[in-house]
Amino acid sequence: MRFRAAFLLPALMTTAHALPAWAQEAEEGGGASIDQWIDSIVAPVTSPFVNFIFASLPGTNLPWIVLWLITAAVIFTFYFGFVQFRMVPHAIQLVRGHYTSPDAAGEVTHFQALATAVSGTVGLGNIAGVGVAIAVGGPGATFWMILSGLFGMASKFTECTLGVKYREEHPDGRVSGGPMHYLKKGMAEIGKPGLGKGLAIGFAICCVLASWGGGNMFQANQAHAQLVVITGGEESFLNGRGWITGVIMAAIVFLVIIGGIKSIARVTEKLVPFMGILYLLAALIVIIANIDHVGAAFAEIFEGAFTGLGVAGGLIGALIQGLRRATFSNEAGIGSAAIAHSAVQTKHPVTEGFVSMLEPFIDTVVICTATALVITISGVLQQDPTTGLYVWDEAAGRIATEGGLTGVELTSAAFGSRISWFPYVLAVAVVLFAFSTMISWSYYGLKAWLFLFGDNPSSELFFKLLFCFFVIVGAAISLGSVLDFSDASLFAMAIFNIIGCYFLMPIVKREMTSYVSKLRSGAIPKYVGEQPA
Amino acid sequence: MANELFIVAYDGVDRDVVDYAAVRAKASGASLHIVHVLHWSPYSFLTPQELEERKMRRREELERARSTLLDPLVAELKGGGLSVDCEIRFGSPTELILEVAKTRQASLIFVGRSGKSSIENKIFGSVTLGLAQAAPVPTVIVP
Repeated sequence: MRFRAAFLLPALMTTAHALPAWAQEAEEGGGASIDQWIDSIVAPVTSPFVNFIFASLPGTNLPWIVLWLITAAVIFTFYFGFVQFRMVPHAIQLVRGHYTSPDAAGEVTHFQALATAVSGTVGLGNIAGVGVAIAVGGPGATFWMILSGLFGMASKFTECTLGVKYREEHPDGRVSGGPMHYLKKGMAEIGKPGLGKGLAIGFAICCVLASWGGGNMFQANQAHAQLVVITGGEESFLNGRGWITGVIMAAIVFLVIIGGIKSIARVTEKLVPFMGILYLLAALIVIIANIDHVGAAFAEIFEGAFTGLGVAGGLIGALIQGLRRATFSNEAGIGSAAIAHSAVQTKHPVTEGFVSMLEPFIDTVVICTATALVITISGVLQQDPTTGLYVWDEAAGRIATEGGLTGVELTSAAFGSRISWFPYVLAVAVVLFAFSTMISWSYYGLKAWLFLFGDNPSSELFFKLLFCFFVIVGAAISLGSVLDFSDASLFAMAIFNIIGCYFLMPIVKREMTSYVSKLRSGAIPKYVGEQPA
Repeated sequence: MANELFIVAYDGVDRDVVDYAAVRAKASGASLHIVHVLHWSPYSFLTPQELEERKMRRREELERARSTLLDPLVAELKGGGLSVDCEIRFGSPTELILEVAKTRQASLIFVGRSGKSSIENKIFGSVTLGLAQAAPVPTVIVP
């Protein structure tokens, strides 16, 4: 306890000192100088780490971390005998409660664990990330995105099974788990406690950083950008005043995570699935209204996957963008989802593994593909009418569009070209998705933080206050190095998580084999018939 | 008919229904089975924090319902010479009361009519209608 207090206090004081100076500079120098000031402090410290994580393999421009993730997904797929295809029907039955005992009513169901995990993952990655992937990698990136989603299901299966198996059940009834627990306990079980502890600590550190970055600052930043666009762009009152958005969002986050105002979180958690369904419906409307173009769009996706169709990077360009954005969106192999899934009520950890496989499927194979189809069909990407190849904007490094769009703006323009008012709905969706991702990541980060510094109320409060502070920072500044760093931390979580998963996969396999044989022999009770008519 | 069983759907607020059922049970020599349902949907959305605490909260909710509502009530009715027991369930009140009535082969169900303005009573109001429509046995709605 003494050590913790000694560690926390100086950090707290540094933050307290930094704040007034920072605010003062905001008044004097305007937006750009704060950004530059933060950049100049952060960049020299973080760039070696960022460069290491996103370093390309020799002779290519494929980041090794992307290969690390996809290799793991392929290995898990083969090791578990294509579990993501064999066990999906069973996963759906589990979600529908066919195997949930009525005696367990009132505890966390498979549906609830899945829904919470999905609303933590579905978000900007599906809207903005796909926009980037298509702009830079061409429609062919979609093919690699889908493939990565399908393989990623096996990674999710592995980590979520372990998450439930090695979760902590506290005497007061709280249940929590995640990679830091299975790395520590699972590795100790197979006789490698030292390595396990190291991996767990490495994972937890990256998880805390990612929760401030990709799970917070990036979300606040993009939500603010969307608000500026729909309130008048350049002329918007909010333009250049990110701190306004930041303070409002931080206040709401504060009310939820510190004030314990659950109703706000509950409203968001209800709105997010609704927005997700609305988004999918809008995409379906666009797709059905242009059903005669869908064949051509798929042809472009397949052809583009192997030729690039005029995209500068060709096959490799499409591949990298597809894999990278899919991973950023569905977080398979990163380990974050295992934290949300581990509270489920079940006697067999592997059941939540099966259920968790639906997450990359919904996120990547369904929602990301819908976004990609809408962008491809809409015609916002400029094509050469004679060759059918895309027009490459050399200076921007992406496919030419009217106004040079990428990311969320490209997606927004693609929807807007078919449903004129949809960009407004999309902006609301982006803000809500950003908010729910922040709530989820505040929890993931907190769990990792408490794992590192011990489970006590003051350390918990300190983390939460810092989290709210970063919401304001994220919305207020344009984040070059800060964002790169948080992006890198998210991927770095996968280094520790996947090493652990390789060691622990025989345990998952034993769980799976024993469960499947029980299921076949009818030893797993099924309760579906007991519902009153 | 000494082994007749009456079900009482008790929302924790409306004592009238319990008292009325007790009088009827005494008159016909039946025993009472009090069912208290804590509203719960397996398809509701929870935050990760709520997922973590769910099991703890469930335990607390059960404990509170048992110690503050049902135990004193059962003790009091037993003191009056009735044969009484109770159960607490999580889920949809209408569905669960129907299920209990069927499995316990009850001969009567007693349910309150929402007249008060508490939220629980609002929920219970629809339970009254649901039971009136779907109950397999005669159902008494106590005003």
